[in-house]
Amino acid sequence: MPAVEIVDLVKLFSRREHRRRVRTRALDGVSFSVARGECVAVLGQNGSGKSTLVRVLATLLLHEGGHARVFGHDVAREDRAVRRLVNRVSVEASFFKRLSAAENLAYAARFYGLTPGRTRRRVPEILTAVGFPARRAGEPMEELSRGMQQKVALARALLTAPVLLLLDEPTTGLDPRSKREVQAFIADMRTAHDTTTVLCTHDMAEAEVLADRVGILDRGRLLALEPPAALRARYGAASLEDAFLAATGRALDDEDEQEAA
Amino acid sequence: MGAARLQAIALLGVVERNAYLVKRYGWWELAFFVWTIANTLTVVFIAEGVEAGGGTLDVERQTTYLLIGAVIWSYLGIVFEILTETVAWERWEGTIEYTFMAPLSRAVHLLGMGTFAVLYGVVRTALLFAVVALFFGLELDQADFATALLLLAAASVPFVGIGMVTAVLPLISPEKGAQLGFIAQGMLLVVSGVYYPVEVMPGWMQALATVSPATYALDGIRAAVLDGAGPGAVWGDLWPLLVMGVVAVPLGLAVFRTGERYAKRHGKLKRAG
Repeated sequence: MPAVEIVDLVKLFSRREHRRRVRTRALDGVSFSVARGECVAVLGQNGSGKSTLVRVLATLLLHEGGHARVFGHDVAREDRAVRRLVNRVSVEASFFKRLSAAENLAYAARFYGLTPGRTRRRVPEILTAVGFPARRAGEPMEELSRGMQQKVALARALLTAPVLLLLDEPTTGLDPRSKREVQAFIADMRTAHDTTTVLCTHDMAEAEVLADRVGILDRGRLLALEPPAALRARYGAASLEDAFLAATGRALDDEDEQEAA
Repeated sequence: MGAARLQAIALLGVVERNAYLVKRYGWWELAFFVWTIANTLTVVFIAEGVEAGGGTLDVERQTTYLLIGAVIWSYLGIVFEILTETVAWERWEGTIEYTFMAPLSRAVHLLGMGTFAVLYGVVRTALLFAVVALFFGLELDQADFATALLLLAAASVPFVGIGMVTAVLPLISPEKGAQLGFIAQGMLLVVSGVYYPVEVMPGWMQALATVSPATYALDGIRAAVLDGAGPGAVWGDLWPLLVMGVVAVPLGLAVFRTGERYAKRHGKLKRAG
């Protein structure tokens, strides 16, 4: 059974434009699967549908067509079963900013059934593991740097031991050192816990380092999904960036006009 | 781990989270408490004002009557605010996606917030009542506070159910949804005789009063505090509250789930900006 199985997935959004309702296909017939323990990176511009894909798998968006399954559970019909298996780290750290790292982690752990005693033991362990100084665990999140906040976000995801980790631009905006630390931890997670990872990014080097296969998502369509070397070979490109340019006709850092959630 | 145990721990987590938030915003909580006292005094002084203006009334009784109305207003405000504002706050901070992604059931999520709201509301309301009663030197020797608390507990269930309905508003309208919760609070209390007997209202408002849990809470608590009525004497107010609780909580959950599906269909959980 694949860890993730997506078949012909369609997600539509509508908005008002000059008194007309305009529908946008944020995901337009996306199909792929991810094996257990595999890391798949999805490259795409802003607005290409990467975050929409992650949100559908995280049961945060309901899709209009096709289906998506996580370890055999349909994300729309069996959302509670999916939620036990999945966690996510996104580009925004998303915490109660006045609460401390320890407080944010404590209540989040409780949502996944961790008892108070187990949480007290696990929180310092997991913070240390992601390179967060335990002495700062009592400080409000708003007093921590963006890199520190992102480490706490990683700790929150890992505290619940997810078998599928959804990473939506987890290192965007981090300084080079923090970025390397977070990437190293993601790689360790996979090795140590056999975690399946779907990584959405527009960082080519990150995709190349972390992923077994790299996909190109453009305007809601998955144009290719292959190991990095095969992807470069397919487009006769020297780098993933050139491959992306050849596949889409645009550079990765261009903003797609299509607005996706 | 059994599913029931997981949900029980998750419920504790929701209560714990809201307790952390109150603790971290302790000075703000104190400021709001002072504001609530001031607001309550503006209402409760009316009884003395009427007497000073030449009116004849039992000032002590009327002051207590108004105080109970103001205290229930405050309590309902706390319950609605915690349920509605927490959802709005979570959406603003972006944590709503992580809460909705966690395997706790929506019933546990909302009942957890409701449990905290009731516990916190009872403490705040009791303090408010005590402070204002002391301020006016009210003689409350005959009051049956245990029965008043029983009525408040019974009323809390339908209040939480209605609060679940208002809690969905920030999901549908992130900008103005939370404010709509205040409108619901005002509408509910205005038809329930918050500072006056229901009988003084027009017939159509009296009809609405019969389906409002606040009507029975106010009536029963006034009977318990002003006249020392026991549980048997307030049964006529108690049983409608129990029936309304049985209806309001499943209804609130169903409305919230519908709103959640709408938000997930239209991408409304995501914070913008």
